Amino acid sequence: MKLKRILLALAFFALAMPSAAQNPLIADLSEHQIQITTGFTGTQVLLFGTVEPDSDVVVVVRGPEEDTVVWRKARFAGIWVNDQRIVFRRVPSFFAVRSSAPLEEIASDTIRARHGMGANFLRLRPVEQTVSDTELAEFKAGLIRNKQREGLFASSDERINFLGGQLFRTRLFFPANVPTGFYDVEVFMLKDGRVEHAQTTPLIVSKAGLGADVFYFAHGYSAFYGLLAIVLAAAAGALAAFIFRKA
Amino acid sequence: MNIYLPIAEISVNVFLLLGMGGAVGFLSGLFGVGGGFLMTPLLIFIGVPPAVAVATEANQIMAASVSGVLAHWRRGNVDFRMGGVLLFGGTLGSISGVWLFTLLRGLGQLDLVISLCYVVLLGVVGTLMFVESSRALFRRRRQIDVRRKLHQHHWMHGLPLKMRFRKSKLYISALLPILIGFVVGILAAIMGVGGGFIMVPAMIYLLGMPTSVVVGTSLFQIIFVTGTVTFLQATENQTVDAILALILLTGGVIGAQIGTRVGTRLRGEQLRILLAVLVLAVCGKLAYDLVVTPSDIFILGAPGEL
Repeated sequence: MKLKRILLALAFFALAMPSAAQNPLIADLSEHQIQITTGFTGTQVLLFGTVEPDSDVVVVVRGPEEDTVVWRKARFAGIWVNDQRIVFRRVPSFFAVRSSAPLEEIASDTIRARHGMGANFLRLRPVEQTVSDTELAEFKAGLIRNKQREGLFASSDERINFLGGQLFRTRLFFPANVPTGFYDVEVFMLKDGRVEHAQTTPLIVSKAGLGADVFYFAHGYSAFYGLLAIVLAAAAGALAAFIFRKA
Repeated sequence: MNIYLPIAEISVNVFLLLGMGGAVGFLSGLFGVGGGFLMTPLLIFIGVPPAVAVATEANQIMAASVSGVLAHWRRGNVDFRMGGVLLFGGTLGSISGVWLFTLLRGLGQLDLVISLCYVVLLGVVGTLMFVESSRALFRRRRQIDVRRKLHQHHWMHGLPLKMRFRKSKLYISALLPILIGFVVGILAAIMGVGGGFIMVPAMIYLLGMPTSVVVGTSLFQIIFVTGTVTFLQATENQTVDAILALILLTGGVIGAQIGTRVGTRLRGEQLRILLAVLVLAVCGKLAYDLVVTPSDIFILGAPGEL
């Protein structure tokens, strides 16, 4: 069903091509909402659209921003402990970049820095700088490495595929630990290294089903949640004692 | 089949969790231990955030203790007066423990303290158990029976606030059980253990309680201390994952029943050596992780640090 809808949309775009002159970049997602249900193990969303011929496409996905703590460990008495920390302001909780060709071939460093095309080009600023610039760079690199390990800064080599020079599509992956909130999916159309058009599409990641209810209950009504957890435990324990009474 | 745990915020295979619950439950049925001190490290090993592992274990242990205490209560093996005094200390301990937990979390040192506490405690308990059970195994035949004096007078009998505990046949200061309860309350909050493996020896050797009422009374106190910890962790840190607790519980209840049945047919000393080896292995793994050079010396702070 979903695939059919997408194919129809693609066909629509293909037919509408002559009039695309006023609208050189059109892009959309197969879904605008990702629901983290109880059985959630990660998902993929298809991004598709059209651009003018002979252009390059770059897609930047950013999750909600949050202040993020990075610790550097040091050895004390043989044990590794968290030694020094830096708080980075407004770090995207999720970040992914896709492009139709290797980024360094498409865009200059200035362009990449301006639009945050690549984790190394993200503007990561500490709340207060307590270390030297070289150390700060190490903390930044550490932050990016950790995010990549968690699968939240996606470093996939997958490219954006073109069909017939104008239609493009790519799959965006979201792992099981994807943070919830409002995402921005920015699509850039580049020609000869310049950004000619850009479009932002929203994407919402939210918890759904029983898990969501439990989460919001635990955070919104924590006292009731605590009492309920106690009552459940007591009831489960009593039930177990009752069932296995004979043993 | 994977399940997304709402508070731990990770996706884990249900059968892995059921299996872990079952295995730890089996061991607790076999050896008569709570199993929190094995389950919490296991949860941390599979990627559950330590803060969530500890708080959720408190919740699960509460359920296990409820089912355990009912049997002891029916046989009249619970000293409610002693339990109440222990509980008073335990409540104070768990309040301090959760406060300490929140403080350490804010400082970013919680995971380290949890690991260190486990290494020390598992190391001591495992070694003692290993020495004691291997000695017992060698001396099985030539058992020398040393009679203990019926009543020994130590320094503790000079403490104020004396109380009479009829069921335990004791007339001692309430301060000592309060202190024992306090320590166990702190451990429950920080380590996610019931603390039976500390309380039971403390009750026998420090307080001199009769062994028949020790287990029932300690279970009675554990119910309320873990209940307090559950409530405080839920309101203070929102780290109790009720879904995780229920899954572990389901596996645990079944495992414990099988464990109890198997336990009656096997020899005690050999089993205890096995448990000691297991405890020391978990201790060794935790110690190794603290000492070995990490693959990346930079790590991200946990939520709740800001």
